[in-house]
Amino acid sequence: MAALTCPTPSTRRETIVLGHGSGGKLSAELVRDIFLPAFGNAVLSKLNDQAIVNVNDSRIAVTTDSFVVKPLFFPGGNIGSLAVHGTVNDLAVGGAQPLFLSAGFIIEEGLSIEILRKVVASMQEAARSAGVQIVTGDTKVVEKGKGDGVFINTTGIGLVPNGLQLSAELAQPGDKVLLSGPIGDHGIAILGQREGLEFESAIASDSAPLHTLVAQILSVTAGIRCMRDPTRGGLSSALNEIAAQSHVGIELDEVCIPVRDEVKGACEMLGLDPLYVANEGKLVAVVDPSAAQAALAAMRSHSQGSEAQIVGTVLSSNPGMVTMRTQLGTIRIVDMLAGDQLPRIC
Amino acid sequence: MKYLDEYRDGKIARTLAVEIAAVAKRRWVLMEICGGQTHTIMRYGLDELLPSNVELVHGPGCPVCVTPLETIDKAIALALRHDVILVSYGDMLRVPGSNSDLFYVKAQGGDVRIAYSPVEALKIARANPDRRVVFLAIGFETTAPANAMAAYQAKREDLANFSMLVSHVLVPPAICTLLSSPHNLVQGFIAPGHVCTVMGYQEYGDIVRDFNVPIVVGGFEPVDLLEAILMLVRQLENGDRRVENQYVRSVTYQGNSAAQQILKDVFEITDQKWRGIGTIPRSGLRLREEYAAYDADRIFNLELITADEPAECISAQVLQGLKKPTDCAAFSIRCTPENPLGAPMVSAEGACAAYYHYRRRAIAS
Repeated sequence: MAALTCPTPSTRRETIVLGHGSGGKLSAELVRDIFLPAFGNAVLSKLNDQAIVNVNDSRIAVTTDSFVVKPLFFPGGNIGSLAVHGTVNDLAVGGAQPLFLSAGFIIEEGLSIEILRKVVASMQEAARSAGVQIVTGDTKVVEKGKGDGVFINTTGIGLVPNGLQLSAELAQPGDKVLLSGPIGDHGIAILGQREGLEFESAIASDSAPLHTLVAQILSVTAGIRCMRDPTRGGLSSALNEIAAQSHVGIELDEVCIPVRDEVKGACEMLGLDPLYVANEGKLVAVVDPSAAQAALAAMRSHSQGSEAQIVGTVLSSNPGMVTMRTQLGTIRIVDMLAGDQLPRIC
Repeated sequence: MKYLDEYRDGKIARTLAVEIAAVAKRRWVLMEICGGQTHTIMRYGLDELLPSNVELVHGPGCPVCVTPLETIDKAIALALRHDVILVSYGDMLRVPGSNSDLFYVKAQGGDVRIAYSPVEALKIARANPDRRVVFLAIGFETTAPANAMAAYQAKREDLANFSMLVSHVLVPPAICTLLSSPHNLVQGFIAPGHVCTVMGYQEYGDIVRDFNVPIVVGGFEPVDLLEAILMLVRQLENGDRRVENQYVRSVTYQGNSAAQQILKDVFEITDQKWRGIGTIPRSGLRLREEYAAYDADRIFNLELITADEPAECISAQVLQGLKKPTDCAAFSIRCTPENPLGAPMVSAEGACAAYYHYRRRAIAS
């Protein structure tokens, strides 16, 4: 019998495609093949949402994020509030108290000043309510057609209390996975707005700062191993990263994962899986099993965690892999996507 | 959520699985035609619930997977033209053509846009009168009526800058081809519920009679599929050979006559190449002569572009239910969704991608 073969691979992988920015496997490949070999050091190689560096006796958390959202305004927020929340959250999930932000603007020629004013006002309000100051910034203008109105980069600095160690490589078999609330709101709100889809009830982004929720959890237990805010790539990418970094398996329980009916309906219509849809105000925590109930209670007592659930367990089997017990009781893989989720034909 | 939760109920599903096990005395091989059904089977692990003597093999009903290589090459050639905006359903963009895919063409500056419906392509055409807008019109009888409607609408508006690159395929001729193969293993079919929502199930009576196989029209949720499997196994065990309809909440015998009419008005039946399978007589649709002005193949002279599949591709056997994706030596090693070697690894509905995403290797308990 002839050897089993498939058509020869034909696609060159020497060009950046949009999928490289999706937070999935293509993004991870860029980090692994391009950035880490060039920049690699002990801090960076932890691949956490923030770097924690020691300066004298202080533990300083640093993170940076760029925001290229389209449309600029969406139900539940805009690019300005998102740029503050995203960076505040990347600091918060490392256990840091967020303190200072930078704001870099890349503005497309032709943007109305009124829009910029609105974006900046909402950044100011978001920073005020998150208790951070925007202390430095930069402005660049690019030609018409070279940007989507405005791109914003924010860098954040925070302080981590001594003794607190949260890191994606610390998950251990037996740990519980906690999720602060329903997933998929942000991604569906953006998609709905971008595609002009009209849902029966408005789906708003969950964009919000998470540092007070984090502080509340940390105040009741020392049993937190790591935390993530599952942004692009969704819950699946965040957990796949933790599973890979900690060399453990993670098993989710489908019936425990909260998804709003509106989001579920939109995902059904669009052929998307909410596990891969972005969130901007949700927290995932991997917690020592003996601390899980206390952490859950702490989450639920906070307004941003009232719908929190224990959604999964860390296993020693299938290291690096996320699986899910489906609502039928069977087990399936929850893979990291290559690039963006693609709308299905039918 | 209504119309979903009751069809994903674990208790009902397990009860059905127990009933299937009780009814199935002998070994039966069943095929679900549609990629959406394959996706549900793998996503919910339905095959794990079935007794070992009831085996599911996966059919050719993934529209992305069976779109011929040369159609992808034609789409790429169009997208590379500066005067063209190519509009496509999302999951076509990653399908490898002979030398590239639409994502890379887009990255190189090709104007490729993702749409949920051909209506969006019409809107783009109206908004860009100086550009030529081509919609990549692929799929089964499910997407064909909406695509027919787009051509009809374009003609009515005299929208001169709109055209369609058509590669439509039909389900019943594919079933006949599978059943005519000397290698056929399939003893019963789950027909695709959405295709039958359009076409009804009047076309299947002849197949049941000619080939002596039962066909059950099935839906897409776990309980739908388990019910359809139970109906098939009952028929097989009782020696019945009939067309039955499990998906009664959507499908009627006659189907949607308005949709069928627009199909007849705009398209005509033609011989069609299926990726991985080859040419099946009278298994596709092409635009009628009256719509020649909207046929990208004709107006861009694309008919000259042809491409041949490698002769020994296991995707052909996967698409005919003769092999499972895991039988392929390249599966999950050289062939992954990031680097798909064949089309069934590209679309979420492709059998190889469904296995890869949900069942890559044995999951330790």
